[in-house]
Amino acid sequence: MENKKQLLEGSQAIAAVIKNIKPAVISAYPITPQTHIVEKLAKLKADGEADYEYLRAESEFAAASIILGASATGVRSYSATSSQGLLLMTEVIFNIAGLRLPVVMTCANRAISAPINIWNDHSDVMTIRDAGWIHFFADSNQEAVDLHILAYKIAEQLRLPVMVNVDGFILTHAFEPVIIPSSKIIKKFLPNYAPKADQFLNPKKPMTFGIFATPADYFETRENLHHDLTASLTIIKKEYKDLMHLLGRKNKDSGLVEYSGPKKPETILVAMGSVIGTIRETLKNDQRTGLLKIKTYRPFPAKEVSQILLTAKNIAVIEKAISLGQAGPLFSDIQASLPNNQLNIKNYIVGLGGRDITQKMIREIVTDVKKKNGQKIKFIGKI
Amino acid sequence: MNNKNTKFLSPGHNGCAGCGQLSAAQAVMRGLHKNVIIANATGCLEVTTTAYPQSAWGLPWIHSLFENAAAVASGIKAALNKKGDKKTKVVVQGGDGGTFDIGFGLISGLWERGENVLYICYDTEAYSNTGIQASGATPYGASTSTSPSGTVSSGSTQRKKDMLAIALAHNLKYVAQSSAGFPDDITNKVKKALETDGPSYLQILCPCIPGWKINNNEAAMLGKLAVQTGLYPLLEYINGQLSASSINSNFQAKAVEEYLKKQGRFKHLKEADISIIQKLAAENIKKYKI
Ligand SMILES: Cc1ncc(C[n+]2csc(CCOP(=O)(O)OP(=O)(O)O)c2C)c(N)n1
Repeated sequence: MENKKQLLEGSQAIAAVIKNIKPAVISAYPITPQTHIVEKLAKLKADGEADYEYLRAESEFAAASIILGASATGVRSYSATSSQGLLLMTEVIFNIAGLRLPVVMTCANRAISAPINIWNDHSDVMTIRDAGWIHFFADSNQEAVDLHILAYKIAEQLRLPVMVNVDGFILTHAFEPVIIPSSKIIKKFLPNYAPKADQFLNPKKPMTFGIFATPADYFETRENLHHDLTASLTIIKKEYKDLMHLLGRKNKDSGLVEYSGPKKPETILVAMGSVIGTIRETLKNDQRTGLLKIKTYRPFPAKEVSQILLTAKNIAVIEKAISLGQAGPLFSDIQASLPNNQLNIKNYIVGLGGRDITQKMIREIVTDVKKKNGQKIKFIGKI
Repeated sequence: MNNKNTKFLSPGHNGCAGCGQLSAAQAVMRGLHKNVIIANATGCLEVTTTAYPQSAWGLPWIHSLFENAAAVASGIKAALNKKGDKKTKVVVQGGDGGTFDIGFGLISGLWERGENVLYICYDTEAYSNTGIQASGATPYGASTSTSPSGTVSSGSTQRKKDMLAIALAHNLKYVAQSSAGFPDDITNKVKKALETDGPSYLQILCPCIPGWKINNNEAAMLGKLAVQTGLYPLLEYINGQLSASSINSNFQAKAVEEYLKKQGRFKHLKEADISIIQKLAAENIKKYKI
């Protein structure tokens, strides 16, 4: 049974693994394309297959606050959202990180209004990338399942919140064969959450959480959060390796980034999420172009990224988000990771609001990036 | 009255001398026991008690944001439920701004879920912490920094929102109103509310020294006068019914003018405005049969 593949919709697969992770409290508010995840979790509870507390919230803002309160009371908690819902949660998202609560959430990535649009891109999560959360991006439903297990392990070990980003519709609504690790297997990797007596709201050890910090102390709290986040890269690598081993997966990547392609590439394409599949397919017979997938986006694995990118001449950063008036956020991150380089780096904005990303577009990018004096930032959208 | 028990809220805080809210909070604490978790909204009570590295709180206490304390409390309650902890009670504390205005929707959500949580609103009738701006709890005629009196304005033109009626509309089993002028009444109501099975709401009038422009020895006296004029009666609804304790057949209302003229926030009021406020007191006296 353990290694048996099931044909499941992405959302059903995520709900199934969450059930096996056994959170104590779930709270959510419906928004497409996250709905199937939280509906399934409600149904599992209704059918007596799960025994978490499931709280219907009156908004995403409340849902995030509810799981904040639950986590502060020392239990495992979960929520999922998308797009406008994530934006409505923003204030709470920052607060959760500042309070150092090990909350885990799924973001079914979707475009931002206006105009209102329910389809996939990464604009939603980019608005909170600086909040102090760890961000994973899944490129398949199996990876989404595995990353949720990793997320709780990292969150509870480091007292840092983790968001698993899963492309709306493209993954959440796609049926793929997946293996759902049983709760028994998961428990070998992820023990029951047991914070210390002074780490949660505990009448036996009354502590004050959410203090008021003046300029004399605030500065260090942010500095520490930053250092703890960047230091988590080492832990993510180690835990990822252990998890892949336990689950018998064949992945050979570090858990931070994954490179595939020639040893001495002329060009490397960089991307995150489900578009990786399309790019991989396009590059199948290309001996000169490699692909770098970013799996951990925050903290940004700058060292790993630069080591790989410096082996090439041309870099195309392909992304489904833009910092309006500047460039793609991943592009800026990559530029900041590559000081004093001679590389030719270009940014390609694709797929906004669910626009199809075709193999033809990827080939166009492979050709375009090599051009001398081409545009630095280009929108590639013509199908 | 036992004023000595300050183990849940120590006197070493940064509140204004004579703060009505902090003395009300002490009366609340005397009604609690050690198996209580507090979720506090942003506001004076939070800011004055938790300046790092100090904390005045002797109970497990959390502050998340200005408007989400009710939902945080829901999460705490859910976690306790999952742990099988039936002993620990959950109390929310928020100001009138956090309650009447910005946190309003989340309080409705909390009450809808029917959780056993006591919500306490410390009503200073303005956003005290940010400099006395008007809130939905600001009474008619009060001059605040965003409803200032002026040559063509006599302060706030809005009537105070009736939060008690809104709480009752959610079928709360225990809804009460008290005042910092009557600390023992506060303590008793807190005890009763804690024993209620289901959500409960307690709203406490808290005279604010800078906000009401009063002297720092006048908070308790004004807390009493607000009750004695009928403007802020001591009320208690049990299962939706006004309880006998709220009804006072010997009530001799004092004139509202006595209450108003002691406060800088009302000092601009002309006779016509004062008679409008007198009518509000009369409406209360009739409505609540005091
Ligand atoms: C979302 C948000 N908006 C505004 C503020 C600024 N703010 C902090 S406390 C406060 C006023 C609090 O007033 P109230 O709830 O009446 O409590 P009081 O200070 O009077 O006790 C305001 C406006 C904030 N912290 N968060």
